[in-house]
Amino acid sequence: MSPRRPGGRWASLAQTTLPVITLALATTTLYGALFYAPREKVMGDVQRIFYFHAPAGLVCFLAFFVTFVASIGYLATRRPGWDIAGRASTEAGLLLTTIVLVTGPLWARPVWGTYWTWEARLTTTLVLWLIYMGYLLVRRYTEDPDQQARFAAVVGIIGFIDVPIVYMSVHWWRGHHPQVLAVSGGGGLDPTMRQVFLMGIFTYLALYASLMALRIPLGRAEAELRWLRLKLGERPARRAASGLRASG
Amino acid sequence: MTVRSPAALDLATPGTGSAVERRRRLSGPVREARKALLVWQKDVRVEWRSLDSLPAMFFFALLVLVIFNFGFDLSSARFSDFGPGVLWVAFAFSGVLAFGNSFALERDADCIQGLRLAPVDPGSLYLGKLLANCTSMLIVEAAVLPLCAVMFDYDLAASIGPMSVVLLVHTVGFGAVGTLFGGMTARTRRGDVLLPILLFSISVPFMLSAVRLTGAALAGEPISEAPAAAWLVMAGVFDLVFIAAAYLTFEYILEE
Repeated sequence: MSPRRPGGRWASLAQTTLPVITLALATTTLYGALFYAPREKVMGDVQRIFYFHAPAGLVCFLAFFVTFVASIGYLATRRPGWDIAGRASTEAGLLLTTIVLVTGPLWARPVWGTYWTWEARLTTTLVLWLIYMGYLLVRRYTEDPDQQARFAAVVGIIGFIDVPIVYMSVHWWRGHHPQVLAVSGGGGLDPTMRQVFLMGIFTYLALYASLMALRIPLGRAEAELRWLRLKLGERPARRAASGLRASG
Repeated sequence: MTVRSPAALDLATPGTGSAVERRRRLSGPVREARKALLVWQKDVRVEWRSLDSLPAMFFFALLVLVIFNFGFDLSSARFSDFGPGVLWVAFAFSGVLAFGNSFALERDADCIQGLRLAPVDPGSLYLGKLLANCTSMLIVEAAVLPLCAVMFDYDLAASIGPMSVVLLVHTVGFGAVGTLFGGMTARTRRGDVLLPILLFSISVPFMLSAVRLTGAALAGEPISEAPAAAWLVMAGVFDLVFIAAAYLTFEYILEE
């Protein structure tokens, strides 16, 4: 008997097509970044990491915004779907933030002469990463599934409110930071560069969508498993928790 | 869900007819503020009788100062560089003890159920707990600061006014975040680990402005002028944002 894929036909379709699309986009972006985009005048070839760095930063904010919305959605409606989506989005967002935090210093070292400065954008990203690691830790240390969802939602809300506040305060703390690239207006970017940059954004959006498409049905399956175990009269919390840990 | 009927409050606090009437005439916000004060009163009384947190907080804060002194060689000449940061690390660390204990106490005495059944809004309960935690922190700060002035030889008397404002604003900020997460982590496993992780990642902005403003106050700069005034306003706004967010979400922390 073939195992039923959790989430039904649409989820199954998304799970197979989205990763393929992601792979195609990633290959295109890689080609664009290495061969199509011109060599940056001042920074040279190392600037090419920008096409993977900045889009990941943008999409990670999107992911945490989704967590924020899902957290509010869960507290307002108490539908487990919101909670599962929030958790999936946080995990994907943390992966993207990690990519940002790894690629950033690699770029900064030759350009700024240092891996790290305590500048607003860098510091905010690091604090962001820590806050959402806290979100996952809250989940890990809370046994009761409903309580876990509620506590995580509160962290998801407070954490997101905190992000602009952290940015603002570090910005004031350090004064104005050196503008890396005129990304915000898009005007300073060469048209070819902008194309590759956009391609990078699409790549990460597709990656985010793939991870969500894989993780949300998995979350549903976890909830179903918990419910089945409860129905079978096993002791719920510990076994379900250890089972979850073993599976993912 | 909490019972919110105003009649329940009257039943809970038996009094003469006129007193009941008087209470009934109080408007909603005033009544909730009064309940928050009652929660604060309760916590202060419990702390006064048991002295469960304050001594530990005081000695821990002092110990942090001693440790940092060895870590950085905080002679009086270098105190202006490192002092404000060291002070706030000490205050924040000792605050964690208050936030953690505030709800662990209720949990251990099986009182969370009682608090939830009491005719008090979760938000008011939060505000009462926040007031109590801030009171503990402020007492510790008031005790540590003069000692610190003696140990590191700086002129506290000259900056006592601005320092009080800075202490108050940032204690409320740390308290706002800490009280919320203290309530949460009292009900998780490894709450003692989880609370500082959540608190210190969220309260980075308070740390920044607290250190900056304390530096300004100890250096004798007026905090009513820019740029210190801007920091102070910002910290005040952050206080309000976090209190509002916690006030609204505390209900979900308390829920069974």
